[in-house]
Amino acid sequence: MEFFRDTDVVVIGGGIVGTAILRELSKYDLRCLLVEKEPDLAIGTTKANSAVCHAGFDAPTGSWKAKTNVRGNALYHELQDDLDLDVKWCGSYVCAVTEEQEEQLRVLYDRGLANGVPGLKILTGDEVRKEEPNLKTARAALWAPTAGVLWPFGAALAFARCAVQNGAQVIRDCAVTGFVKEEGRVTIVQTTKGAIRTHFVINAAGIYADRIAALAGDTSFTITPRKGEYILFDKTAAPDLVWSVVFPCPTKTSKGILICTTTHGNTFIGPNANDQEDREDTAVTPAGMDEIIAGARRLVPNLPLGAAITEFAGLRAVSSTGDFVLGASPVPGFLNAAGTQSPGLTSAPAIAEVLVEALGQEMVLRRKPHWNGRLPRRKAFNKMAPSEKQEAIAKNALYGRVICRCETVTEGEIVDAIHEPVGARTVDGVKRRTRAGMGRCQGGFCGPRVVQILARELQVPVSSIVKERAASRLYYEKFAARVPEEEQ
Amino acid sequence: MEQYDVVIVGGGPGGLSAAYSAYENGARKILVLERDRELGGILQQCIHNGFGLHHFKQELTGPGYADRCIALIKDKPEITCLVDTMVLEVKDDKTVTAVNPEKGLFTVQGKTVILTMGCRERTRGAIRTAGERPAGIFTAGAAQRMVNMEGYLPGKKIVILGSGDIGLIMARRMTLEGCKVQAVCEICPYSNGLTRNMVQCLYDFDIPLYLSHTILKIKGKDRVEGVTIAKVDEKMRPIPGTEFEIECDTLLLSVGLIPENELSRVAGVEIAPFTNGPKVDQHRQTNLPGIYAAGNVVHVHDLVDFVSDEADIAGKFAALEAQGKLAPTVQTVAVRPVDGVRTCVPQVLHLPEGGEATRLFMRVGAPARKVTLEVKCGGEVLVKRVFPVVKPSEMITLDLPAAKTALMSGEITVGLKQA
Amino acid sequence: METKVMNCIMCPMGCEMTVTMEHGKFISVTGNTCPRGAKYAEQEVTDPKRMLTTTVRVHGGLLPLLPVVSADVLPKGRVKDCVDCLRRVEVQAPVQAGDVVVKDILGLGVDILASRDMESVVS
Repeated sequence: MEFFRDTDVVVIGGGIVGTAILRELSKYDLRCLLVEKEPDLAIGTTKANSAVCHAGFDAPTGSWKAKTNVRGNALYHELQDDLDLDVKWCGSYVCAVTEEQEEQLRVLYDRGLANGVPGLKILTGDEVRKEEPNLKTARAALWAPTAGVLWPFGAALAFARCAVQNGAQVIRDCAVTGFVKEEGRVTIVQTTKGAIRTHFVINAAGIYADRIAALAGDTSFTITPRKGEYILFDKTAAPDLVWSVVFPCPTKTSKGILICTTTHGNTFIGPNANDQEDREDTAVTPAGMDEIIAGARRLVPNLPLGAAITEFAGLRAVSSTGDFVLGASPVPGFLNAAGTQSPGLTSAPAIAEVLVEALGQEMVLRRKPHWNGRLPRRKAFNKMAPSEKQEAIAKNALYGRVICRCETVTEGEIVDAIHEPVGARTVDGVKRRTRAGMGRCQGGFCGPRVVQILARELQVPVSSIVKERAASRLYYEKFAARVPEEEQ
Repeated sequence: MEQYDVVIVGGGPGGLSAAYSAYENGARKILVLERDRELGGILQQCIHNGFGLHHFKQELTGPGYADRCIALIKDKPEITCLVDTMVLEVKDDKTVTAVNPEKGLFTVQGKTVILTMGCRERTRGAIRTAGERPAGIFTAGAAQRMVNMEGYLPGKKIVILGSGDIGLIMARRMTLEGCKVQAVCEICPYSNGLTRNMVQCLYDFDIPLYLSHTILKIKGKDRVEGVTIAKVDEKMRPIPGTEFEIECDTLLLSVGLIPENELSRVAGVEIAPFTNGPKVDQHRQTNLPGIYAAGNVVHVHDLVDFVSDEADIAGKFAALEAQGKLAPTVQTVAVRPVDGVRTCVPQVLHLPEGGEATRLFMRVGAPARKVTLEVKCGGEVLVKRVFPVVKPSEMITLDLPAAKTALMSGEITVGLKQA
Repeated sequence: METKVMNCIMCPMGCEMTVTMEHGKFISVTGNTCPRGAKYAEQEVTDPKRMLTTTVRVHGGLLPLLPVVSADVLPKGRVKDCVDCLRRVEVQAPVQAGDVVVKDILGLGVDILASRDMESVVS
């Protein structure tokens, strides 16, 4: 068999969990590789979720969820500077709006203490309203100062870039199609780009983790996709909403419909929680919109719905075991980091530690002597002082050409985002890395220009540039399109 | 810091006309800053004809109109045009900071500044639709640029939402490019485009127009596969049971234009309600002394000819002010649209001794036939004009003779009366 | 006798007119407010004409496309043929507004002209 890569560890899935694991692995003297089926990292569950860095009082004490949540939260505090993370430590409130719920806060408080969450406090409604005046209905709230909001895509990209700068590899557009075992042990990963020889496989395939596990012969768990829908508001609406993270009292299936202002300053409401069969359906539904509006109104009665700018939905990977599925599996050489629904984003760096520890049970791990955990700083053009702008343009004239006028993103930044490690190859990839197209005009002006820059820099035809996934092609050649045979 | 008599932000028809008018009226150092790679603005992508009948007394295409504007200012040493240049900030002290690859970041000082940034298109955010967020949804103008200037098609089977002129023009364009335009869908019970465009862009090609219909859902995860549309009631709410699907790979949005006023807002320019543009006087001066505005940045126009007319005014008075020749104001008069008139520009008159001939530019709220437009001051009708037909999509104008303006004080109203 | 309903496009009034014809020949029109409407109606039912604007490929110019316009109106039924013909036309920059891109297109007696200047760009 021909191999296109020969490695020690293959991580399957480039979401927040897979990239965190790859970074952790890159600390050791290992050949490690991450495969992602999509053209960009972190466009599954990591792309559409609540972006909250939870404090850790929700999950049952002793569960993987509880342990990795509290540890993960602490790790983000440690990592934020080295990885230049976009994170806002604003704290979170769980609001009680009935007497019954006030009792529930006490249960959460006690569980938080048992889980090791620092700084928890129960506040009166008036104390809450000093910070969040729009929470008119709150009778009391559980205040968790360690909670925050982070930008999930940015975190996943930072993990991946850190891993790559320490020798790990990331291969995108590379879907796993099967495994080959030798004497019961997984030794070869078959992908759409060819076969990879390896000693270990770590499965962080999110919504598809059970399918990947089954391909390897591990049927110990299944994944149910649970859809969550959201409504995003314009930045101008934040004063009418909240500045931090505000939850209702939780239910059995979810933490409820929360209100949260992101690191970019936009407030969102959501998610609802509906289990479904379909692993691809992230369509927004009218019923879902009604549900989250009703939910959010219980916390902020006067929602500024006129300032809503978009709706979106994501799928959480809910495991049949009721907890994260972490570590060795029944199949030798195959490890899982699966079922990482909430608080998966918060837990990711801690999950990475758990997985590497599990790997350490099966092989000798040696730390690299010169591992570099610090990413180079980068400043957006529109955040630069005039002298910095001048300097950037002097170095590269493309910094003098503004492509996205709503967010003042320059051609230089876009070109850099394409050529950086794990760079952008798609229009949405450029948008996530540079903010080009995120503004008021939603890419109406800069979208076509971004397509042309991508085509030029990647040296491919404009008609091959996609918005997000492989089938999301944007433009057709005007003249070639006239040939009747084409694509018939 | 380089000094100019007039600094003009935007090199589309408004900016170019303002530059030429400023030159004609004595300004001798004029700077035009344009963000695109060439002058002419959106006209360069509007390759169809029908422009210029009023302003140049000749029917031109969009690029032809732009060429005429460019020809007027070309080779004049008094006028400098910088393309590929983005203005980052305009300040109320009339300094303008811009950036381009050659000069880097630079700031210039104007004696006066004219804002001619034009407008932008409303996006998908303006319509609430269920479904995924696939590729294949474009604003009509963005698609027009790709088709007419860059050589790419946005898709092959098209549905257009909105029957404004850009939507209609694109229906014809896409058909001529060999695409199939499945439908044009309009939420209003009437089209928002010119009758000529209805006939020549839709009827000529048997493209179905669904009035009082809107899009509820977009089908497709990666690329658009179809849309669900439904009839709406008189309050524009979808009527259950009227839904049907249309297959398409592309949705073009022609759902309105918004004046581009981010720079104006940051500068401190007062923005008027309804027009969403700067509040201006008859010289197109904003609330900030020495800062003028003209064209689509002030209010969205139906004809570029009116943009030029308005920019001529702004250019003239900005030039006069730069030379200290602006006549002092003796009377300030507010202009208030009433009874069927939705917007009126200018919103205020700063009248010199003896009054000043002034043209009012208005849009009505709903279509009507046989109406009289009346300008009243203190209950007395000063000027009136009869219109056989008025439509929200077509701007109407009314000229106030200088002698009549001399009679005004306090506030005038402009309103429609059934004739 | 047959009738056809159409909107007049001669002015913003947009009168709805009813044209009566017999064996394809114009007989009369009602609903118009002015003589221009009547003239348009007759023209439209007997020999409708349209202006044509489209683009052709241009090499060595600032843009890859050159907008073009017919010098006069063309028979409505031949517009698509003209567009198909122009799709195969390629020109070299520089071009000046008004330059003839195709002379007497499809023998219809109408030239196709460049709508704008297109400077040549040395790449």
